[in-house]
Amino acid sequence: MNKIIGKEYFSEKVVAFEIEAPLIAKSRKAGNFIILRVGDKGERVPLTIAGADEKRGTIRIVAQIVGASSKKLAALNVGDYITDLVGPLGRPTDIHNVGTILACGGGVGVAPLLPIVEAFKKAGNRVVSVIAARSEELIILKEEMEKWSDELIIMTDDGSLGRKGLITEGMKEVLERENVDEAIVIGPAIMMKFAAQLTKEYDVPTQASLNAMMVDGTGMCGACRVTVGGKTKFTCVDGPEFDAHQVDFDEMMIRLKSYVNEEKVLND
Amino acid sequence: MLPDRSEAWREELRKKNKNKDRIALERVGMPEVDAQERIKHQDVEVNCGLSSEDAQHEAIRCMDCANPTCISGCPVGINIPKFIKEIELGEFVKAASTLKDKSALPAVCGRVCPQEKQCEAQCFYTQKLKKPAVAIGYLERFAADYARENDKNPQIPNISKNGKKIAAVGSGPASLSFAGDMIKKGYDVTVFEALHEIGGVLKYGIPEFRLPNDIVEFEIDNLRKMGVKFETNFVVGRTASFEDLKEQGYEAFFVGSGAGLPRFMGILGENLNGVFSANEYLTRVNLMEAYQSESETPVLKGKRVAIIGGGNTAMDSVRTARRLGAEKAMIVYRRSMDEIPARVEEVNHAIEEGVEFKCLHNPVSYQGDENGRIKSMKLQVMELGEADASGRRRPIPVEGKFIEEPVDLVIVSVGVSPNPLIPSCLPSIRTSEWGTVLVNEDNMQSDDVDVFAGGDIVRGGATVILAMGDGRKAAESMDDFLTK
Repeated sequence: MNKIIGKEYFSEKVVAFEIEAPLIAKSRKAGNFIILRVGDKGERVPLTIAGADEKRGTIRIVAQIVGASSKKLAALNVGDYITDLVGPLGRPTDIHNVGTILACGGGVGVAPLLPIVEAFKKAGNRVVSVIAARSEELIILKEEMEKWSDELIIMTDDGSLGRKGLITEGMKEVLERENVDEAIVIGPAIMMKFAAQLTKEYDVPTQASLNAMMVDGTGMCGACRVTVGGKTKFTCVDGPEFDAHQVDFDEMMIRLKSYVNEEKVLND
Repeated sequence: MLPDRSEAWREELRKKNKNKDRIALERVGMPEVDAQERIKHQDVEVNCGLSSEDAQHEAIRCMDCANPTCISGCPVGINIPKFIKEIELGEFVKAASTLKDKSALPAVCGRVCPQEKQCEAQCFYTQKLKKPAVAIGYLERFAADYARENDKNPQIPNISKNGKKIAAVGSGPASLSFAGDMIKKGYDVTVFEALHEIGGVLKYGIPEFRLPNDIVEFEIDNLRKMGVKFETNFVVGRTASFEDLKEQGYEAFFVGSGAGLPRFMGILGENLNGVFSANEYLTRVNLMEAYQSESETPVLKGKRVAIIGGGNTAMDSVRTARRLGAEKAMIVYRRSMDEIPARVEEVNHAIEEGVEFKCLHNPVSYQGDENGRIKSMKLQVMELGEADASGRRRPIPVEGKFIEEPVDLVIVSVGVSPNPLIPSCLPSIRTSEWGTVLVNEDNMQSDDVDVFAGGDIVRGGATVILAMGDGRKAAESMDDFLTK
């Protein structure tokens, strides 16, 4: 049982928790995720680790409220316990000093992006970040992203913060003006698909962190399978990061809708 | 000959009935819930267990052989004639404790062991008389169940502790068996499990209609009472490294992390929605209880369901599909009915439950609808050729012969590979090209002397009882290793 010691709403639909998990706080690396469960009948929900405080023995997670399980999580408060929490899972991001990194995050994808940006910055890279959301209130972790980026570009669909436009427009500006050595994209599947198409045009090696559905998260069930370079891979043990130019995002988007009908019933 | 055979009570019991009369008795049948009734429930056990009368009747059939070959068929070496004779005598609780001497999970083994291929295959009746073997499996289940239901305050053996800390990685049958033996030897034993529940494949894989979860829970609780500690939600190698655990005083490790990684066939359409691995399907239903409305974990339900494969896991999946409302549930198997690897009992139960067997067929592609959900599969018709290395006749495609079968759910059950997570955290151990951990087969020790391994992580997909045998062997040799 892991105690919640901090809770903050980033927006009406996005909530951040600070949770006691001293072993995970110590062993996690950028790119890792956890799986948690709320209540005895709860679903196993994978969430990336947005940050950790080793001294306090806590990790930070950010969840978007979409279905029954995330609603139940969001209803928890400081002092409550998470029924089950396991991690760190997944392969950590390959952090190295390569030159200039273009880090792109859409919506809550900025949460897993933050520790990666921090790690790349600490490894001595120049980091240019582009974050995007539909509107100002859905932009999260702006100050932290500013802290670890050499430059931060913000894009909103409605222009309420930063510049008006899609994430790819901000990315294109950077790719046009300077040499980018590597890119990382995290966000909704459709955003990652178009972001990957763009960096391919510029021949920039790109990683995408995939948010596939999972059950166990340790390489047992195969729910999280994705096609990468024509081969079936398991996001939980082979990922969550893959070569974005090789990922079959269309298939991934279809798989993410597997339970659309079942979730409707639970939400009604 | 085991010394207890010459004890007075055994001698007396042997004299009570002539062997001729014992042989004349019919083997008992297992009472079952009616097929039409049982397919309405995911968690109603099919086999009901023997009555005391039937168990004693069956125990009389055992001739208490001077050279009990049955024991050699048991991977954990249970003293089979002794527990059977205790049943004949009416000493049911004693019979259960005889089982527990060698087996940490007798109620589990009594339900899921392939007895017909192990102890019962070596029984004098099978070997020499060509008659149905003594129902050793039924009797094992009977004694274990009797003790659970009637012996409310079982004796916990008083063990002197040796103060040495050791760990088991994974909480399936290999680790539970290992933990049971090591706690009896006086070690301070902790079992680490990545999932939120203890039991491994016994919980996520085997359905409740074959092995109820509370039976598994009871056996785990016995280990807990004996002092075994359990840590759930803990991925050894990730949550804490082996080095971290060594710093905390763990002197040696038993890796029983299993073979969970599902295999797929690599054919067109295999990632369509509605194509599951057996592990995912069974985990959603058994561990996450997706069959119950209160569970938040969903599972796709199909009206026309195909399971690809013919093993026990395939039978578990197809029977689960029937229980979840499949009108047509079929096994698609590339060889013939004669080669099907599942237990005969499970195949028969599946047939009674209305499962269709599409043998000599093999899927070559799946077709989806406009939403990416599977709607049909293309099957290659097969025939059998000469025997291959496995001794079974090789399936060969009949050229140009295909059929199209409409389906809305497919469950792929063509095998599993060892879980790569632990070996990837332990560069000091060697793995085979199939990803199994390489150990010295005599003592289950890996190249890293502190690390022992057993069960499916070594065997790559075998049975509960073989995993338990490995756990026992590893316990024996780890004890030698740590005390010498």
